[in-house]
Amino acid sequence: MSEEKKTVLNVEDLTVAFNMYQKGAFKKTDLEVIHKLSIDVKEGEIVAVVGSSGSGKSLLAHSILHILPKNAKVGGKIEYCGKELDDKYVKELLGRDIAFIPQSVDYLDPLMHVDKQVIGVYGNKERQREVFDRYHLDERVDTLYPFQLSGGMARRVLISSAVMEEPKLIIADEPTPGLNVEMAMETLNNFRELADKGTAVLMITHDIDLAFEVADRIAVFYAGTVVEIASTLDFIMGRGFLRHPYSAAFVDALPQKKFKPIEGTQPYAGNLPSGCLFADRCPYRDDECAGEIPMRDLRGGKVRCVHAT
Amino acid sequence: MQLKAENISFRYTDDGPFVLKDITLEVNSGERVGIVAPSGYGKSTLAKILSGYRLPEEGKVLLDGKPLPMTGYCPVQMVYQHPEQAVNPRHRMDKILNEAWQPDDELLRKMGIEKSWLTRWPSELSGGELQRFCIARVLGPETKFLICDEITTMLDVITQAQIWHLLMEISEERNLGMMIITHNMSLAKRVCTRIVDLTKLNNVHSHTHTHIHDHEHGDEDHVH
Ligand SMILES: Nc1ncnc2c1ncn2[C@@H]1O[C@H](COP(=O)(O)OP(=O)(O)OP(=O)(O)O)[C@@H](O)[C@H]1O
Ligand SMILES: Nc1ncnc2c1ncn2[C@@H]1O[C@H](COP(=O)(O)OP(=O)(O)OP(=O)(O)O)[C@@H](O)[C@H]1O
Ligand code: SF4
Ligand SMILES: [Mg+2]
Ligand SMILES: [Mg+2]
Repeated sequence: MSEEKKTVLNVEDLTVAFNMYQKGAFKKTDLEVIHKLSIDVKEGEIVAVVGSSGSGKSLLAHSILHILPKNAKVGGKIEYCGKELDDKYVKELLGRDIAFIPQSVDYLDPLMHVDKQVIGVYGNKERQREVFDRYHLDERVDTLYPFQLSGGMARRVLISSAVMEEPKLIIADEPTPGLNVEMAMETLNNFRELADKGTAVLMITHDIDLAFEVADRIAVFYAGTVVEIASTLDFIMGRGFLRHPYSAAFVDALPQKKFKPIEGTQPYAGNLPSGCLFADRCPYRDDECAGEIPMRDLRGGKVRCVHAT
Repeated sequence: MQLKAENISFRYTDDGPFVLKDITLEVNSGERVGIVAPSGYGKSTLAKILSGYRLPEEGKVLLDGKPLPMTGYCPVQMVYQHPEQAVNPRHRMDKILNEAWQPDDELLRKMGIEKSWLTRWPSELSGGELQRFCIARVLGPETKFLICDEITTMLDVITQAQIWHLLMEISEERNLGMMIITHNMSLAKRVCTRIVDLTKLNNVHSHTHTHIHDHEHGDEDHVH
């Protein structure tokens, strides 16, 4: 069935590098932080992006929206409904067809009452109240400035602006940290309702257990690449159904599971190994893992590991 | 040692509603006290009062019976909910990290802090990378109590578990007292020695939040 659905967002071979001074060098060089990354979101679909902190999740969002800093070099292809999404086009679409929920609460305008910000260019007061009510933000909140909000209230205001309209694409970068489980679920259910009406949702999140409840597919990021993309069902079925050893380690670290982290950290972008990026932490590593590891299809999903079965 | 909030009341404006009313709460050295309450209830406000960033309208904050020192290093330190708001955007990371003490290489390794990040500006790091600096910079030997306001919501679950294991180890080794604000009950049960529901301590009646109570943040049935 998903075959007939239109692809709303298509990212192919995205590469992001920063031109900057690096340790011991006198000249600026390129530090590549996202390497040939591909991901797509179809109409009516929620794709959750999970993965290590610093793996390029926010930069993916910022690349799509053309809000990367000036010293960033971007390669690859980003398309919205089959059309190249350049700087000018994204500005046309933003706020109406494309909604963005940023990870940082600093995106709120410090000098404007929150109701005005949420109403923005296209909204109206009535709809804003309706949305705030849903997120348990009462009338007193309307005329507060961002600094007068608690952390979770600021988060809910950011979510509210994204769901004022029925956008065709939502890019949500960590929409739920610091929200209690009911409020977080309310947000995700709201995304689900919109998706059921056709919205495509790219949802970056560390709340992987909540993503299980609403996402159709889950993509796992590691060190600037996607290591696995699979249906949410495989994640719910557990580590035995997952393809990549990093995805399995991820599930084991959840506090409601074993709370047992694997050792080590993601490799630094300036010092990447030549073969598999996960090799130094992988219990299954052998000689074959030293070569280039392509993404391959496996059991209806995709994985970047030579030994995955 | 003991950190105590004694009959604390607080509001943000002179004629506004009280956010906290008559709160009394203790944290002893070596204890890790979880604080739970709905969004907007006053958890971060209480954290700021306990670490001396805000003064209560009524009541006292006492460290072993004495007020917090007004000068010098404060033995009660706090890590904020949003790291981007807790650092000076015009300082480089090495300055931010070493302001109060010089963490050694071993700690940086355990925290997953890459040396090459030290020459960057805060805006050149991911949310979770920045938060690791905010945690490392308050772990100096003179810190006796640490107030953690939702400190690992910006971290992936592996890094989150690594950092909590490290913090529990430090708290046991040094007999550090901790107050841990979180919405994640599974996490609270893993790391806290006891959990306090702020709604049961607070005597305010009007609030800008509704009473939705925190549950288990996903449970055993969701993931296998
Ligand atoms: N302006 C910049 N200059 C250099 N490196 C940068 C810059 N911005 C981000 N990076 C690096 O790129 C990598 C990816 O960052 P990104 O913010 O996308 O991570 P993330 O996956 O969103 O992490 P988190 O879960 O912590 O938010 C990180 O290692 C970060 O240090
Ligand atoms: N600087 C401020 N000026 C005025 N009111 C404020 C200020 N900071 C917070 N408040 C208000 O005080 C109340 C408590 O906020 P606080 O940040 O302590 O909540 P919290 O329990 O930490 O919530 P969350 O879980 O959402 O972070 C909220 O109603 C908020 O609007
Ligand atoms: S390619 Fe090799 S090292 Fe990499 S994840 Fe697979 S088994 Fe482990
Ligand atoms: Mg991010
Ligand atoms: Mg708070």
